[in-house]
Amino acid sequence: MKYLRFGYITGPLLGVLWSFVLAVTVAVAMSFATGEAFRPSITGALIFGIPTGLALVWRAQTVIASAVLAVVYFIALSLGIGPVLTGNVSLIARVVAALFMGIGIGWPLVVYLKDLPMGALTRHEFEAAVIKALRGFGYVFFTAIVVIPFYVMLMTSLKNQAELMQNPLDFSIDLSKGWGLFRSYVELITEFNFGTYMWTSFYISVLTVLITLLFAIPGAYAVARLRFRGQAAFSRSILLIYMVPMIVLALPIYIAFSMMGLRNSIVGIVMIYPVTTIPVALYMLQGYFRGLPSEVEEAGLMDGLSRLQVIWKITLPLSLPALASVSLYVFMIAWNEFLLAFMLLDDPSKFTLTRGIASLNSSEIPRQHLMAGSVIATVPIMALFLGLEKFMTKGLTAGSVKG
Amino acid sequence: MSDIGPPRGTGPLARTEARLAWGLLTPTILAVSLVVILPLLAVFWISVKPVSLADLRAPETVVREDLRGRPTVAGDEATLRYRLRNSSPTSEITGVTLTDTWPEGLTLAGDLDPRCEIAEGELFCDLGDWEGGYRETLNIPVVTEQAWFDAGRDVADDPVEVDGKASFVLANSDFTMKNFVSVFDGGEFWSVLGVTLFYTIFGTLGAMIMGLFAAMLLNHSFKGQGILRGLYLFPYVAPVIAVAFAWILLFDPFSGSANALFVQMGLTGQAINFFGEKPLALLMVTAFEIWRYFPLSFLFILARMQSIPTDMYEAADMDGASPFQQFWYLSLPQLLGILSVLFLLRFIWTFNKFDDIFLLTGGNAGTRVLTVNVYEQAFAVSNIGAGAAVAVVIFGCLLLFSVFFFKFMSKEEGL
Repeated sequence: MKYLRFGYITGPLLGVLWSFVLAVTVAVAMSFATGEAFRPSITGALIFGIPTGLALVWRAQTVIASAVLAVVYFIALSLGIGPVLTGNVSLIARVVAALFMGIGIGWPLVVYLKDLPMGALTRHEFEAAVIKALRGFGYVFFTAIVVIPFYVMLMTSLKNQAELMQNPLDFSIDLSKGWGLFRSYVELITEFNFGTYMWTSFYISVLTVLITLLFAIPGAYAVARLRFRGQAAFSRSILLIYMVPMIVLALPIYIAFSMMGLRNSIVGIVMIYPVTTIPVALYMLQGYFRGLPSEVEEAGLMDGLSRLQVIWKITLPLSLPALASVSLYVFMIAWNEFLLAFMLLDDPSKFTLTRGIASLNSSEIPRQHLMAGSVIATVPIMALFLGLEKFMTKGLTAGSVKG
Repeated sequence: MSDIGPPRGTGPLARTEARLAWGLLTPTILAVSLVVILPLLAVFWISVKPVSLADLRAPETVVREDLRGRPTVAGDEATLRYRLRNSSPTSEITGVTLTDTWPEGLTLAGDLDPRCEIAEGELFCDLGDWEGGYRETLNIPVVTEQAWFDAGRDVADDPVEVDGKASFVLANSDFTMKNFVSVFDGGEFWSVLGVTLFYTIFGTLGAMIMGLFAAMLLNHSFKGQGILRGLYLFPYVAPVIAVAFAWILLFDPFSGSANALFVQMGLTGQAINFFGEKPLALLMVTAFEIWRYFPLSFLFILARMQSIPTDMYEAADMDGASPFQQFWYLSLPQLLGILSVLFLLRFIWTFNKFDDIFLLTGGNAGTRVLTVNVYEQAFAVSNIGAGAAVAVVIFGCLLLFSVFFFKFMSKEEGL
């Protein structure tokens, strides 16, 4: 490590590494966007990264560095050398790629290297630069791994099978088709009943939330506030029940439902979903109730309210934010639930959305339908989540490690 | 003289409170025990029963009645026929009896089956015990009278009553250890257990390490932090079935984008079957697990990180600690509590995970974990008993973990 702590070594080193990271990023991004042949090159990154790093340690200026690098990479791309190699790609693609490379390498590298002197570095300076570079890498890496599957899902749903077989990388969409792009969505809703499935999923989820709250609120209040024998054991067994795997329960539930004729019925699903979420909701709510000041409730008791009135008039209004996050979380679980729906529902007229998607997974149904179904299931929960992100994050951390 | 001292036992107020508490808890307890405790007991029961998917329907007697010989005028001979069968191919039905109203206008012509008798317009037969798959046809020779044609009815119009005691396999006292033997038999169980442990340990650790990195990235305030945080939670929030199919499509050996990309970049010469080859498939499902659950770890770790007081870092800075030293000597020890709780909980949850692997590979290509094995045994091999036996094994492991967990949790506050 000691030998690395010189500006003229750290600079080029980070320059090479970052050039390569960016080269891979740009190559992947451009391939996915245009379907044309882009690929990164280690030797190119080495040859172009060393001088870049050295130059930026010597003089660091964001705009100039980005502009110069963009021009350099445009020339390099055209000549077929450098960190990103291409086959015969269009001029526009080359310009865009060069711009991305220039800004993507120039700007962050200036930030990493700007405080470094040419000569010996202190440990602090060195590690600060390395950490900045790691952080930059982290942003690129995490964003890429999260975005790529969703991007593939969305774009596949807009294309047709033949186009995808021809070039699996070509996700560019043909805007001239206009509404024709959404053909698979239209077909899903008109021919595959997805409108009904969505409605079924929606009202099952809402009912699940309501029933869960109905059971969990009194239970959580009792565990959090009231003293009774076996209270500690009870709050533990909630956690324990919360850990019983669904597949273990699914087997006897399947048998029992088969015998009682509850299989293939929405009623059966609505009976079973809340029970899987009650322990979670109870656990989350009791944590929140414990945090509420008990003095307010005691004041209410002194003023002549009964316990139930206290819950209704004091505790619940105070815990509205917690109720919101619990409801959201339960809604998410019910909306995404797959195993029970898959095992218990066979009748296509009663499918939930997840069960509907599972039924699309056959070789006779084109891929874009499957992906369009996935998008239909994903978008509402994402929208809900992004809109109410604050509650959701809170709800997720409030005691749910369930997956 | 009574003792003067503090009251002992529970007073009336405490009793009222306890009663109210139990009242509030009763609905939950009832619901949970109906859907969790009862099925759990049922799993134990089923695991020692020789039961397959076909046995789930109780055996029934099936009977069809018709009149053969096409009588056209009074005096024609005909045969009253009862076709009888046991609906179950394996289970026995004992003490089967048949009761039917004797059709008006028919008279017996010839010998009646010795097991039957006709009394007061009723046909009664005692047919004894039927083994599984039993079939029989009962023929009764009759002569038609004018009354039969006047009534113009069919023999099948009035229902035949057949009674019998079927022993339903789930309710009888047949027990077997064969399910457990078949579970532990052969090398399969141990390889499944090995795969489960690999998947669980590396999935949990990987998700936690990724979560730690993501949390460190976002533990800085900058523009767009909220958006990035929301974005990084997507894998967890999206329906598992949607993201699993997206992964399958992305890594498809024939038309997958990942393969096309790798070929184009020169990383591989021919297409790789990511979810179909033996060691690779396990790595892929573990990667999926890490990808899907790092958001959860990151949320928890981030919440804890933001509650570490910043003056510690300032003090460390003054003392000359470098950023890596600050991370190693300050942040990590502070995070150790949440990390260990998270590890235990996630470990149990990953162990219990079913959907992910079921959707990605269906348990093929060396990715069969215990939970998928339950499904395989019960529904693919249709041996419900063996499936339940695997479920019992899972439950045993779970109990083991939770003993450990509660020992640990009593020391660790939080969560």
